[in-house]
Amino acid sequence: MALSKKTLIQMYETMNRIRLFEQRLQEFFAAGEIPGFVHLYLGEEAVATGACAALTDADSITSTHRGHGHLLAKGGDLKLMMAEIFGRSTGYCKGKGGSMHIADMDLGILGANGIVGGGGPLAAGAALAAKYKKTDNVAVCFFGDGASNQGTTQEALNMASAWKLPLVFVNENNGYGISCPQCKSMAVVDIADRAAAYDMPGVVVDGNDVLAVHEAVTEAVKRARKGEGPSLVECKTYRWRGHFEGDACTYRCTEELEEWMAKDPIPRFEAKLVESKTITQKEADKIKARIEKDVDEAVAFAKESPMPETSALMDDVYA
Amino acid sequence: MSEKTYLQALNEALRQEMERDENVFILGEDVGQFGGCFGVTQGLFEQFGEERVMDTPITESAIVGAATGAAASGLRPVAELMFVDFIGVSMDQLFNQAAKMRYMFGGKTTVPMTLRMPQGAGIGAAAQHSQCLESWFMNIPGLKVVIPSTPYDAKGLLISAIRDDNPVVFLEHKLLYGASGEVPDESYTIDLGKADIKREGSDVTIVATSQMVYSALEAAEKLKADGIEAEVVDPRCLLPLDKDTILDSVKKTHALVVAHEAVTFAGPGAEISAMVAEEALDYLDAPIKRVGAPFCPVPFSPPLEQFYIPSADNIVEAVKSIR
Repeated sequence: MALSKKTLIQMYETMNRIRLFEQRLQEFFAAGEIPGFVHLYLGEEAVATGACAALTDADSITSTHRGHGHLLAKGGDLKLMMAEIFGRSTGYCKGKGGSMHIADMDLGILGANGIVGGGGPLAAGAALAAKYKKTDNVAVCFFGDGASNQGTTQEALNMASAWKLPLVFVNENNGYGISCPQCKSMAVVDIADRAAAYDMPGVVVDGNDVLAVHEAVTEAVKRARKGEGPSLVECKTYRWRGHFEGDACTYRCTEELEEWMAKDPIPRFEAKLVESKTITQKEADKIKARIEKDVDEAVAFAKESPMPETSALMDDVYA
Repeated sequence: MSEKTYLQALNEALRQEMERDENVFILGEDVGQFGGCFGVTQGLFEQFGEERVMDTPITESAIVGAATGAAASGLRPVAELMFVDFIGVSMDQLFNQAAKMRYMFGGKTTVPMTLRMPQGAGIGAAAQHSQCLESWFMNIPGLKVVIPSTPYDAKGLLISAIRDDNPVVFLEHKLLYGASGEVPDESYTIDLGKADIKREGSDVTIVATSQMVYSALEAAEKLKADGIEAEVVDPRCLLPLDKDTILDSVKKTHALVVAHEAVTFAGPGAEISAMVAEEALDYLDAPIKRVGAPFCPVPFSPPLEQFYIPSADNIVEAVKSIR
C-alpha cells in the first residue's frame, strides 16, 4: 500500500507521542504523583496508531483499560489527557474520570473503559447510529484478549454481523488477561478464528508492525463504509509492563519480555522510514525531541492546573 | 380526550414521539411485527419500518449497550426488555456505562436513552419473570426511574422520558396494561420528578406506586367507612423523588404508610420512610408503616402468588395500626 510521506511521518509521530507520554507517566506513577491505577500501553503503540490512521475524526472508537494509546492515536490532546490523569480540573473529564475513563466526543472517542468487555455493545451502538443516520462513518472497538472472552463482546460481534453494522473489531492480543496467559483462558490460538462464528472476515496481523495493522484495518474500514458489515482484526502484540503499574509480573518470565522488547515497533518502523529515505535519522531525532517538549509542556500544564473544587462534586451527574 | 388503556397510552406516546423526531427509534426482542412481548409496540413496525423498530437478537447486554452507544452518538433510542428480570444479564451496560458516562466524562456527553421494562407479579410467571426491582435502579446516580400507574401518567411520562437527556428506566406493570382511563389524543409531557396526589385526604398519607396506587385507592374507600380520610400520593418517579409533595402531605396528615410491590426490606419504602423520618419526624403522630412484598422470591402457584402480592387489606390494616 502506497502511503503518503505525510501519513507515514504522522504515524511515526503518533507512536512516539504514545511512547514518550507513557514513559513519563511511568516515572510519575513510581514517584507517587498519580492517583489510582495506570495501565500502560508501552510496546503496543503500533496497534492504536495503525488502526486510527485509517479513521477520520467523525469515526468513533471505544477503548479499554489501556486506553492512552487509542486516545492519543485518535487525536486526543496531550495536555487534557495529562491533566486528567493527574486528577486536575482542567483535564478531559474535569478530574472525574481519570486514566480509565477519558473521552472526547468531538473526536468520536466514546471513552476508555473500566470494565473488561464494556466497549463492544457501545461500539455497536455508535455503528448503529452511523447506519441509522446514513453517514459513512464507522466505529472501531478496541478490545483485548481478555475481553474477547466476555459475553458482551460476543453479543456485539453477533449483533454487528446480523445487522451488517459498520464496525471494526480490533483485538489487541497482548498475551495476558491481567496475569492469566492466553493459553489458560481460551482454547483457540487465534482470536481471529472467532470471526468465523459470526460470518465475518477475521485476520491475524503482526501487531508490532504499524503498516501491517494499518493495511488490515484500512481494508476492514473500507468494507464497513461500503455497508458490507463488520470485520475482526487480531493484532498480536505484547504488554511490556504489568497489567497495572506496580504489578510485580511474577507470572511471566524475563526471556519472554526480552524477546518481545527486541521486536519494539518504534525502532523497527523508524529503520524502515530511514531506509526508504522517507525521513533522515536527523529528522527522526528532531521529531522525538519536539514530542519530548510537547510532553514536558503537558506535564507542566497538568502540574500547574488546580485540583477540582469540592463544590464541583455533584456537577454532571445529570444533564 | 378519550378512554384508553395503559398499553394504548404507551403505544401512542411511542408513535407520536417517533412521528415528531426521526432520531427516536425502538429496539428490543420481538418489538417488530410481533408487536412486543405484551403488545406495547403493536403497529409501529408497520408504520415506521424495520429501520426504526428493530428486532434484536436475544442478547440483553447488546440491546442496552447499543442503545447507550447510539444515544451517546446523537440518537434517542427506546429499548425494551421483555421483563425487568432480564436486566441482570445487561446490568453492566446500564449502571456502569449508561448511568456513569456523563459524569465520568466530565459532562462531555448526554445519554438520552429510555429503557422500558415490565415488572410485577400476578400472571403466574414465577420468580424469574415477576420481580419488582425499582430499588436497584434508585441506588444508581445518573439514572432516572419512572413508574407510572395510570394511562394518563404512562403517556405523559413516557414522552418526557424519551425527550430527557439522561438514561431513564421506565417501569411498567404487567397487570396495568389493561387498566383504562382518560388520555388526551394530543402529545403532552409530565415533569419527571413530580408526584401526583391521586386522592386528597386529611388523616393519613399513603405513598403508593404502580399497581399499588389502585390498592391504596381501594383501601382509602374502605377506610372512609371508618371515618379515616386517606391521602394517596403517587410519586410517579422514584428518581428523582418529589420530596416536597410527600413531606407536605405528611405535614398535613401527620401519618405515613408506604405501599409498593417490591420486597419491603430495602425497598423504595425504606428510602421514603427514612426521608420523612429525617425531615418531618416532628409532624408524625405515629410510627411510619411500610407495606410491601415479603422477603422471598415470587412464588408460582396462584394462592401463594396472591398471598405474596400486597393487598388493599394489608394497607387498611397498616393504616388502622397507626390511626
